[in-house]
Amino acid sequence: MRVIVLVKQVPDMERVKFDTEKGVIDRKSAGTEINPFDLNALETALQIGEKTNSEIIVLSMGPHSAEQSIRDAIARGAHKGILLNDKKFGGSDVKATSVTICAGIKKIGNFDLIIAGMQSVDGDTGQVGAEIAQILKIPHISFVEKLNEFDCNSLTVTSNIWEGIYLKKVKLPALITVTKDINIPRLPSFKNKMLARKAEVTVWGYDDLEEHLEESQLGFKGSPTKVKKIVIPKTAHREGKMWREDYSHAVDNLIEVFKCRKILEV
Amino acid sequence: MTEKYSGILIFAEQKDKTIHKVVFELLSEGRKLAEQLGVGVYCALLGPGGIDAKELIYRGADAVYYVEDDEIFNMPDELAYSENLVNLIKTIKPEICLIGATSLGRSIAPRVAAALETGLTADCTDLRIDDDGKLIQIRPAFSENILAHIVSDKMPQMATVRYKEFQESKPDFNRTGEIVSFNSIRPMDRTFEFIKELSRKETDISDSDVVVSVGAGIKNSEDIKMIYELAGLLKGTVGASRAVVENGFISREHQIGYSGNRVKPKLYFACAISGAAQHIAGMKDADTIIAINTDPSAPIFNIADYGIVGDIYEIVPMLIKRLKEINQN
Ligand SMILES: Cc1cc2nc3c(=O)[nH]c(=O)nc-3n(C[C@H](O)[C@H](O)[C@H](O)COP(=O)(O)OP(=O)(O)OC[C@H]3O[C@@H](n4cnc5c(N)ncnc54)[C@H](O)[C@@H]3O)c2cc1C
Ligand SMILES: Nc1ncnc2c1ncn2[C@@H]1O[C@H](COP(=O)(O)O)[C@@H](O)[C@H]1O
Repeated sequence: MRVIVLVKQVPDMERVKFDTEKGVIDRKSAGTEINPFDLNALETALQIGEKTNSEIIVLSMGPHSAEQSIRDAIARGAHKGILLNDKKFGGSDVKATSVTICAGIKKIGNFDLIIAGMQSVDGDTGQVGAEIAQILKIPHISFVEKLNEFDCNSLTVTSNIWEGIYLKKVKLPALITVTKDINIPRLPSFKNKMLARKAEVTVWGYDDLEEHLEESQLGFKGSPTKVKKIVIPKTAHREGKMWREDYSHAVDNLIEVFKCRKILEV
Repeated sequence: MTEKYSGILIFAEQKDKTIHKVVFELLSEGRKLAEQLGVGVYCALLGPGGIDAKELIYRGADAVYYVEDDEIFNMPDELAYSENLVNLIKTIKPEICLIGATSLGRSIAPRVAAALETGLTADCTDLRIDDDGKLIQIRPAFSENILAHIVSDKMPQMATVRYKEFQESKPDFNRTGEIVSFNSIRPMDRTFEFIKELSRKETDISDSDVVVSVGAGIKNSEDIKMIYELAGLLKGTVGASRAVVENGFISREHQIGYSGNRVKPKLYFACAISGAAQHIAGMKDADTIIAINTDPSAPIFNIADYGIVGDIYEIVPMLIKRLKEINQN
């Protein structure tokens, strides 16, 4: 089997500083990492790969620096990494991103399963996975939180959707998006780290994907959605009353608050 | 291009013939937008027979397109839902298509947008019409630090919209409108071999008026009992930060925040939670926020209405005691 994992390089959102004046994140303030959900996607692929003797390919679209994420994925056990990188890809929205990644997938060819994270922590749309499935005309299952059974023809998973927990069985080829609950991602092994350092990361630009992609579908031009304006949200006015000692007095005050706000019936 | 596309289509999500409340919220917002544009509001109701479609008219729709099928809409089958919605959109040609950002909505909307080769904005919290009659889709980004105003230059303009951002529209039983039945299409390739419901959410934390949440200051899972007791006395539910969920003290269903549940209760009570951006993303819209934390510089105090600098192990039992006294009287 051939399993393709979609990984995105993102800023470390727990550390990144935010410029609330300008409304941008200061990308230099923190390092980058693999989108946390995509580590779960990779782990899922590795577990399937071990049992079915599959080839695990990581595919990423992004700047040159995203090669680092691909190496990290190889250090964790992926067999091969491909980076889609071209100036023409800049400014892509969900649609342009999905179309471009699909071109990469088509060029890889002969896939059985595609695994994505349920969302990226910077783009944060959670849409790329399902759009890709539609473009490739394969079924998808979102929010997969458990892998129940699999073989080379089908996959049975548990998905958290529609206010319930559902068991779904799908024929391959298919795409799934995974949640954090599905597994605990393994760390890079020493041996694989050495391999990753030397590994060749294939880089494909527009010219390599031309067969599957029209120029009008790319980047900013190929993106129907455009950000017109960035606004810093007004924070709600809060009373901001604080107590530092005399807890019994504080507790009395809270009781009054409960009564006032009709949380306690009086 | 704009001439051909007209009106606002709202996906009327249902489960077991009950319409999701986000649909009523979209109807109230959709009506406002429609009035500005001078167009109609339509609902796409995909479900088994016997749903009270008139309710959608009473709550603001001018027409309901009811795609009735007893088999394919009983399960969250993304192919069945998206193919039927695409079919309907191609026929009606709405200029705007709104889908609740529920888990099902978030899973089918991208398929629909990709099939129509149009744009899609995720998780909007506000919608407006600009001077050119285009939809401005407003969504929070980067852990809710900014609000991005997004427009789409393709038709239909599609967005998923978060639950609990707008008031529900009230039913007006004098409203009239058409209920149009529409044939369903069965996805040709039934690649889903089966879908079976294993369990369902009993309580939806996002519907609670009071949420008492616990953070990493709790020392073990046993101690969470006092949080449950406090929540019980305030008739609320228990929430948690991711740190507590990852310690295995409580299940993921309770997690509040960016990658957990978003809540908008009357009261949010944060016990020993530092207030990381990802946590705040899930609760900052609460009417009243109370925080207890030993660290006076904890960021949670920046957004709290009432803060106590102190130990939850001291203060929570005091509160429980006082509340019990009140209950006895
Ligand atoms: C992609 C991503 C998604 C995330 N999603 C979420 C999410 O959905 N929800 C979420 O919550 N987090 C999320 N996080 C994690 C988040 O960044 C924080 O790590 C987490 O919220 C911290 O939880 P905490 O406040 O309980 O723990 P800590 O930050 O460790 O804070 C514990 C606090 O308790 C106080 N304290 C300790 N003992 C006591 C005591 N006895 N009495 C009173 N106070 C005490 C301390 O002073 C401290 O302020 C996410 C992170 C990332 C990167
Ligand atoms: N630039 C990208 N390169 C590779 N995978 C991506 C990219 N953007 C998104 N993805 C995949 O799609 C998932 C959802 O991303 P998003 O729609 O941005 O929230 C991510 O978890 C990744 O698996």
